[in-house]
Amino acid sequence: MTIVHEAVTQATLVTDSLVAIYSAMFVYALAFIFFTYDLAKRMSAAKQVSAVPAVAEVSSKRVGQIAVLDRPTAPAPPGFEVAAQSNRSGAAKRSFSARLGMIFTVMAWLLHVGGTVLRGVAAGRVPWANMFEFTLTATAIIIGVFLVMQFWQDLQFLGAYVTGFVLVFLGVATTNFYVDVVPLPPALQSYWLVIHVFVASLGTGFYGLGAALSIVQLVQARRASRGLNAIGAVPTAERLEALAYRLIVVGFVFWTFTLIAGSIWAEHAWGRYWGWDTKEVWTFIVWVIFAGYIHARATRGWRGSRSATLAIIGFSAVLFNFTIVNVYFHGLHSYSGL
Amino acid sequence: MRTALFLLLLVAFAAVPGSLVPQQTSDPNGVIQYKAENPGWSKVLDFLGVFNTYSSVWFSAIYILLFISLIGCIIPRTLHHINALRTPPPKTPVRLDRLPGFLRSTDAVASDEEVAAGIVAARTLLRGSGYRVRTFDGESASAERGYLRETGNLIFHIALVGILISVGLGGGFIWTGQKVVPVGQSFANTLSDYDSISPGRWFSPDSLDPYKLTVTKFDVKYERANLNAYGDITDYTAYVRTSEPGKPTINETIKVNSPLDIGGTNVYLLSNGYAPVVTVRNPAGKVVYTQPIPFLPQDNNYTSEGVIKVPDGLSKQVGMVGFFYPTQCDTKTCGLAPVSVDPSLTNPVLTLQVYTGDLGLNSGKPVNAYALDTDNLKVIAGQKSGKPGLTLRPGQTVKLPDGLGTIELNKVIRYVGLDIHHDPTQLWVLTFAVLVFLGLITGLFIPRRRVWIKAVRRAGKVHYEYAGLARGEDPRLDDAVAEIARKHSQLLGLNMKP
Repeated sequence: MTIVHEAVTQATLVTDSLVAIYSAMFVYALAFIFFTYDLAKRMSAAKQVSAVPAVAEVSSKRVGQIAVLDRPTAPAPPGFEVAAQSNRSGAAKRSFSARLGMIFTVMAWLLHVGGTVLRGVAAGRVPWANMFEFTLTATAIIIGVFLVMQFWQDLQFLGAYVTGFVLVFLGVATTNFYVDVVPLPPALQSYWLVIHVFVASLGTGFYGLGAALSIVQLVQARRASRGLNAIGAVPTAERLEALAYRLIVVGFVFWTFTLIAGSIWAEHAWGRYWGWDTKEVWTFIVWVIFAGYIHARATRGWRGSRSATLAIIGFSAVLFNFTIVNVYFHGLHSYSGL
Repeated sequence: MRTALFLLLLVAFAAVPGSLVPQQTSDPNGVIQYKAENPGWSKVLDFLGVFNTYSSVWFSAIYILLFISLIGCIIPRTLHHINALRTPPPKTPVRLDRLPGFLRSTDAVASDEEVAAGIVAARTLLRGSGYRVRTFDGESASAERGYLRETGNLIFHIALVGILISVGLGGGFIWTGQKVVPVGQSFANTLSDYDSISPGRWFSPDSLDPYKLTVTKFDVKYERANLNAYGDITDYTAYVRTSEPGKPTINETIKVNSPLDIGGTNVYLLSNGYAPVVTVRNPAGKVVYTQPIPFLPQDNNYTSEGVIKVPDGLSKQVGMVGFFYPTQCDTKTCGLAPVSVDPSLTNPVLTLQVYTGDLGLNSGKPVNAYALDTDNLKVIAGQKSGKPGLTLRPGQTVKLPDGLGTIELNKVIRYVGLDIHHDPTQLWVLTFAVLVFLGLITGLFIPRRRVWIKAVRRAGKVHYEYAGLARGEDPRLDDAVAEIARKHSQLLGLNMKP
């Protein structure tokens, strides 16, 4: 009797979880629409103003050099560089559609987190033991970081990108990655599942937002170099670069931890801490690319657009590692359940 | 930096092919299959060492170059940093108003003594905030903090070299061995008792600690409540009794995520399966062969394959290729081809094809116990022999063809596949990895900055100026200078000039 009862409760929880996720997707879609509309308005506003391109010409020469300051500075002593000026551009007018987008994003995120937690409750464990669950958790973290960042820097211009990205991944997860709740195989029964995988999803979230900022940075730098006006209420390329760097550095710390924790777990489960398993290789490749990114930021001629490109390549490698490597490559990390 | 960046990107790029092509070390069967499927292309890959990417000459060359450039960077930077640690903060710049975070207080009338006291207050304040401070003629204070940033950065890079050296040098001391142990049997940690062993360069058989390990029980738990996962395995536990010389015997368990630490080795539970116990008798009824034979699982329901070799005691050498089904599906539901539908031992069936001829055991060459080369053997039951294969359930005895004798399936027991590893590098690598992590955090997040507080006299009045300078990324520099300026001016009863 109790077994049947438990099974029924679990089935209800799983259904509730899915309903929450589908609802979240619907609300994210609304948020995406409003953010996109807002973005279109910013773009058209930028077009109208750019009739006078002369001002932008000057700043174009500085793109890719040391961070440009709002105020003139004395030449820095050797080895010292001047920190990027923090201009809090949040003061810019917030459009009505962007505000609606934010409201819908918060609503969708609450549903999203609720659905993810319910899934964990249904399974009686952390909700990141297979690709479906990992996608739920990692996308929730991306939105979570995006929302928390708003207290400190207006990132509404990223809304369309972030909600769009999360919507696509939730769609893929529910249609292609979905698996029923099943008990953990013995190899996954370890507290390292809680630590290693969660920190990996944190790292993915921070890298994802960092790469998003880098994309906008490239757009801004390109507009500046063509003498076009900046997109309305979007920070300059330099400011975006500084923001992206701070997120990616946090992502890099999480990623380093993921590698170390993964090695310790691998030693416990497989008897060696490093064996060049495909997933290990790609996690290593991602680590090296972002190590390269951090070095690029300290290399003359590599700041600006070049390092931004590296960040985008790095995050593409993260996505490749998660999707293609999980689904098509042979390896010891084949727990996707697909 | 440019060289380091180039080599880093090259390492990332060079690591890719090894993930696209199966590797000899992690997936040897994959390599065999890949070579069979792509005979021409795999010759090129083999020549380039792609099946052993991570120990290939070209990959090694890249990472060794990277580490040489790393060491070439660490040494001068360490010297420079030691020097910086011993050097007091530099002179206060003449003009602060063009530096980041510049702020000034309101004007006030103050004597020379009061100004000197103001600078002393500045020194106390800055020291209290973790700065190293140097004052100049009671007119200004120059302060610097965050030396730990560079220290962390250096530790990060030095620890990376440490990991490489531990792995490179320690590799010679590592050895790994495998042993299949049916429940009830023992394993002794001596070279001859291993099924296989891969020793490092400096391995010596004398270094093996002579412990003994008996597998007393093997428990498997199956999921029965959740119908989506019916029959999935949720736990493996091997119960073992260990005895080391001079120590009492101890009962221990080995599980998938918790190896047993014994005699300088870690013992891992990496595989398991069924071992049918068979007895072969000659026509006179004399037992010529009896033992458990480990069968290798082929799928999640433990359909398993194994080989029985009976070289002596019968009129001919007999080899058998068998399939074992722990829960054979009813032929009415599943059709005639036998198939296992559950990993538990519910309806066990053993089927055998029987061969006679030279089993190749007398040549002295090592032979794979899990394979039977049937090319030169004659099949006498099953396959193309025209006679049906043998089918056995526990307790049953059937006759071998051609009056060779009989075979009995006594019972079916479990076996465990143990991996025994000795890796003295682990602790070193872990220590360096922790240092890498700590160094990374301090090197990235501790801001290194200089701050100046300066008294400026103008037209009989005095005001204080504040400014800072960052080394590396320091998004909070302005806030930090503003905080110091606020505290200092408050101490002196001044306001900040907007």
